[in-house]
Amino acid sequence: MELLERFAAGDLEAFEVLFRQHQKELYAWIVRIVRDSGIAEDLTVEAFWRIYRARARFEPAGNFRAWARRIATNVAFDHLRRAPRETELPEDLPGAAGRDPAVSSETRRLIRQAFCELPAKYRLVATLALIEEEPYNIIAEAVGISTALVKIRVFRAVRMLRKKLNSLGLEVAAK
Amino acid sequence: MSNEENHKEIKQLLRQAVSPVKNAELQRDLWPQMLRRLDQQPLSVPWFDWALAAILGAVLFFFPGTIPALLYHL
Repeated sequence: MELLERFAAGDLEAFEVLFRQHQKELYAWIVRIVRDSGIAEDLTVEAFWRIYRARARFEPAGNFRAWARRIATNVAFDHLRRAPRETELPEDLPGAAGRDPAVSSETRRLIRQAFCELPAKYRLVATLALIEEEPYNIIAEAVGISTALVKIRVFRAVRMLRKKLNSLGLEVAAK
Repeated sequence: MSNEENHKEIKQLLRQAVSPVKNAELQRDLWPQMLRRLDQQPLSVPWFDWALAAILGAVLFFFPGTIPALLYHL
């Protein structure tokens, strides 16, 4: 019996193999959304827990990677919804890219504040599309919405962010 | 400023404030944590939830006229 068939049938050893094959990738995906390595580890375990519970619904001929990523995205999204909006984003994570020293730390703080105040569904797609520069089709597949809806949410997130930044005293030109 | 330019400006500002995570490496194997999670008992439903469900069921059974009202408010 193939690995995915064994997993779908509830074989714990098959699940362990899949866990070890995919844990790094799912963790890397989740940490890009929640931006906290400790929380991302817990959410990775939570995502695999949901994957294991949903094993009977998995079609062994299907794409385990895409299915697992979608569940992980839901777990991370649930976290964004539950976490208080005023939660400060960490300054930087290991592996974070460099930044322009010309932008003051106060400006960065205001931008992070405005970003944290976005509703979770906009923050999710804005993080993946604008910060992590993931292709829209990948985001659409992970979130479970159409590519067109991803574009609409990114557009609205940018509009909301611009308004919030202007209200915080940061001049960002309107269209 | 066009929509696209505005979009780019916001994106640049955002990426300055919230840096992309390019190489986040998992620092440890999470399988032991996963096993502990699998060993946990499933969450039990508190007794008062069962009591509420029983009361609601009884009300609907003895006063079926409340069903449309309940559906209206759902």
